[in-house]
Amino acid sequence: MTAAQVVFYGACLVMLGSALYVVLGRNLVHCAFALVATLVGVAAFYVFLGADFLAGAQVLIYVGGILTLLLFGVMLTNRIYDLKISTGAVQVFPGAVAAGLVFAVLVWIIRSVDWNAMDTGAPGPTSEPLGKLLIGDYLLPFEIASVLLLIALMGAAMLVRRRTRP
Amino acid sequence: MIPLEHYLIVSAALFSVGVFGILTRRNAVNVLMCIELIFNSANINLVAFSRFIEGALGGQVFALLVIVVAACEAAVALAIVMSLYRITKQVNLDKAAELKG
Repeated sequence: MTAAQVVFYGACLVMLGSALYVVLGRNLVHCAFALVATLVGVAAFYVFLGADFLAGAQVLIYVGGILTLLLFGVMLTNRIYDLKISTGAVQVFPGAVAAGLVFAVLVWIIRSVDWNAMDTGAPGPTSEPLGKLLIGDYLLPFEIASVLLLIALMGAAMLVRRRTRP
Repeated sequence: MIPLEHYLIVSAALFSVGVFGILTRRNAVNVLMCIELIFNSANINLVAFSRFIEGALGGQVFALLVIVVAACEAAVALAIVMSLYRITKQVNLDKAAELKG
């Protein structure tokens, strides 16, 4: 077993373990911090796949942005003096059966398809080609994503605005 | 070298964990965290396919767009959760049944 494999399967363990804590833990704040470990594990996967810019964006946007937003959500929707910020779970057994079935079907598909995969090697530094693709071949999706982001943030601000009675 | 199937199986496991969370958790913010897990598993697949099958960067561009959509989703969904909390003083999804006929 090479060092790369050790690191890869270690990242797998950290990622799946903390993901399980996110769905099983009793304390919501602990769940949010377990989600940090999961997202950093995904960033490690991106590094393994040679997606360096994406790994940086993952840490910056997810851990720095989305997770902070989620923590604000946890803190604002549970009273702070309510020390045990807990979350209940229902129907654990049917949920586990359904998720297990989904996993079994996915693994069956993955194992039965001949992927015809060939490792094309790490693509090298990706920031420059990604930037050229975003303002070249993928200009339209890029612009649509920017407009979507603008609309979504304006909509979010509208939704939480305190309505003043006329 | 790590083969493609291992990435796919790990991402399937992450997806299933997210599905399990969405099915069983009752706190709206926690369900949002599970949705983030599912987004990330899809992203792993996109990047793995772009490296092992496409051999170009298109998959990474789409993974970036998925991250943008995830940010939009988190912002709007948290706004809805905050409104729900302001109206009903709780974020339990079983109790939020005002729209049920």
